[in-house]
Amino acid sequence: MGKLSRKLTVFVGLALALPSAAPADEPVADTMQQRVMPCMACHAETSINLRSGFVPSLHGKPSGYLFNQLVHYQEGRRHHRMMEYMVRNMSPEYLLEIAEYFAGLDASLLDAAEPLDNAELRDRGEELVTRGDPSRDLPSCKACHGERLTGAEPNTPGLLGLPSHYVAAQMTAWRMGRREAAEPDCMKEIAQRLTPQDIYALSRWLAAQPVPANSAPEAEPLSDLPMHCGSVQTPE
Amino acid sequence: MPLRAAYAFLLYTAVLVLPVGALAVSADADEQIVRGEYLARAANCMGCHTAHGGEPYAGGRRLGTEFGTFVAPNITPDPGTGIGNWSRDDFWRAMHHGRRADGSPLYPACPYTQFTQATREDVDAIYAYLRTVPAVDQETRGHDLRFPASVRPLQRVWQRLYFEPGPFEADPEQSEEWNRGAYLVRGLSHCMACHDARDRFGAPRADGAAGGHAQGWYAPSLRSSQEAGLQGWSLEEGVALLRGGRSGDAAMMGPMADIVHDSLQHLTEDDVRAMTEYLRSLPEQEVTTSVRGTTVSEGRLDELMERGQAIYENRCMDCHGTSGQGTVAASALAGNRAVMLNDPTNVIRIIRDGGYPPSTEDNPRPFGMPPFPDLSEADVAAIVTYIRRSWGNDGASVSTATVGRTR
Repeated sequence: MGKLSRKLTVFVGLALALPSAAPADEPVADTMQQRVMPCMACHAETSINLRSGFVPSLHGKPSGYLFNQLVHYQEGRRHHRMMEYMVRNMSPEYLLEIAEYFAGLDASLLDAAEPLDNAELRDRGEELVTRGDPSRDLPSCKACHGERLTGAEPNTPGLLGLPSHYVAAQMTAWRMGRREAAEPDCMKEIAQRLTPQDIYALSRWLAAQPVPANSAPEAEPLSDLPMHCGSVQTPE
Repeated sequence: MPLRAAYAFLLYTAVLVLPVGALAVSADADEQIVRGEYLARAANCMGCHTAHGGEPYAGGRRLGTEFGTFVAPNITPDPGTGIGNWSRDDFWRAMHHGRRADGSPLYPACPYTQFTQATREDVDAIYAYLRTVPAVDQETRGHDLRFPASVRPLQRVWQRLYFEPGPFEADPEQSEEWNRGAYLVRGLSHCMACHDARDRFGAPRADGAAGGHAQGWYAPSLRSSQEAGLQGWSLEEGVALLRGGRSGDAAMMGPMADIVHDSLQHLTEDDVRAMTEYLRSLPEQEVTTSVRGTTVSEGRLDELMERGQAIYENRCMDCHGTSGQGTVAASALAGNRAVMLNDPTNVIRIIRDGGYPPSTEDNPRPFGMPPFPDLSEADVAAIVTYIRRSWGNDGASVSTATVGRTR
């Protein structure tokens, strides 16, 4: 047998053997679901574990809120090595598309797993969240985040189904200037009027609340907001 | 002509001509500023002189190197903390001779070693543009360098030994396009600042070796088609990669994704074509980058490959295909030269950290690679070895220790 035909036999043999030896390829679709695979390495969950979780679930959050956060990472107002690396070279249009994709996913927020037995803490938290403190010019959380505290379109996130340590970390970061939003940065102002004890109380109280059956953000922007909050520019 | 009529005529012409003259001057100045902005993009001044989240050109970005950390200075027109007091000639001396306004030498972390190729006209245009950016009063911290790099005057010796001032000399044998490409690649775009090898003094290696390191990544040789050279590529493929960030199975990741995003995608198609034309013509040079890190012994190899295959089937195959042939969303790994580079740094980083190529006009919605932070160093060594040695790939194996040293 000549050298060439021997090679051909080997080649044909391999070609025949391959399809049966290897599992068949499922076609990979040209979709957003496929495009956000890198995000899903950390953000796949539809909820966040209230005891041990820290990576937030993005499912069902208002698209404007998510878009703002992505731009904040790009422009240095929020800080996270991996997030900055991932979004660094994305166009505003693509970031918005990613935000809208996550906003369209169903969330399934976990119910309160953090009971709050300390009555003093509970009262203080409830007071701040539901009524605020007019003597310190502090609006209530509900004034902007909605009566159900599930946020509102387009830019306001819900506050339920989040671990207390996560909320406290965000509020503290705002208070210390380590997390910022577009100017006027109303959350910064609010966080700076809060004491660490306030932050602890309201975070614990929020994490102790049951998630309502309808946990979707208010579809319409709320009116009569106590403060004007900035937002990054949305691409056309 | 009566005197009055003469005066009237003079006045008339003065009124008519002077503003036109002034307009012409200001139109030239505007044009110079616009050109300067474009050239500053080509040189990607911003890539180093703008900190993440910072004001444009106000400095502060840290650049880690084996000599220590350089902090890019403020180059806005602020007189106190920027270069507001620099004259046009001062700026030329910096770009062309590597001298600061006070006469002290620049460190070659700022690629004046390449910028020296730029023409006076282009450097003046960049200067004119930088005069127009908002002045920012921001003191930047000094460099944090190890001895002897920390002794700035020693840079004079370095310059005497290693630095050859330009300007660029066109090759009359080559086309205008080729020369334009050579001018950009070797000069303002300073590709070789990272893609050529440096010796332990940070100087170009005497043997002309290619392939360098930057920002914790390997900058593969542009002088070899086995690494990142464009020899054998079509012009269109090369332009798509440089300007669009993706071409076939090649995608720009890591620092090159930044460079496409910040610089190359903003250049005219003609300029990118010229750069591609030049890069395509670079003489093929043997790869001299040695296999980085340690490989594994023959005896351990089968075990490593088996472990790698199991991980591949579990984590990689859905996107990269059963035999590494790639899909619409993921590059082919079979035959992919970036996978097989002697220096495995990039493939290790991409598996650990993932990442996206840049959004560009040609590729506005890029697919990305997920990070796999949960894989152990031994797992990464196994999967890297597997993809470097399967489907006809013939890269060297990679040990766990090598993965551990890649940060």
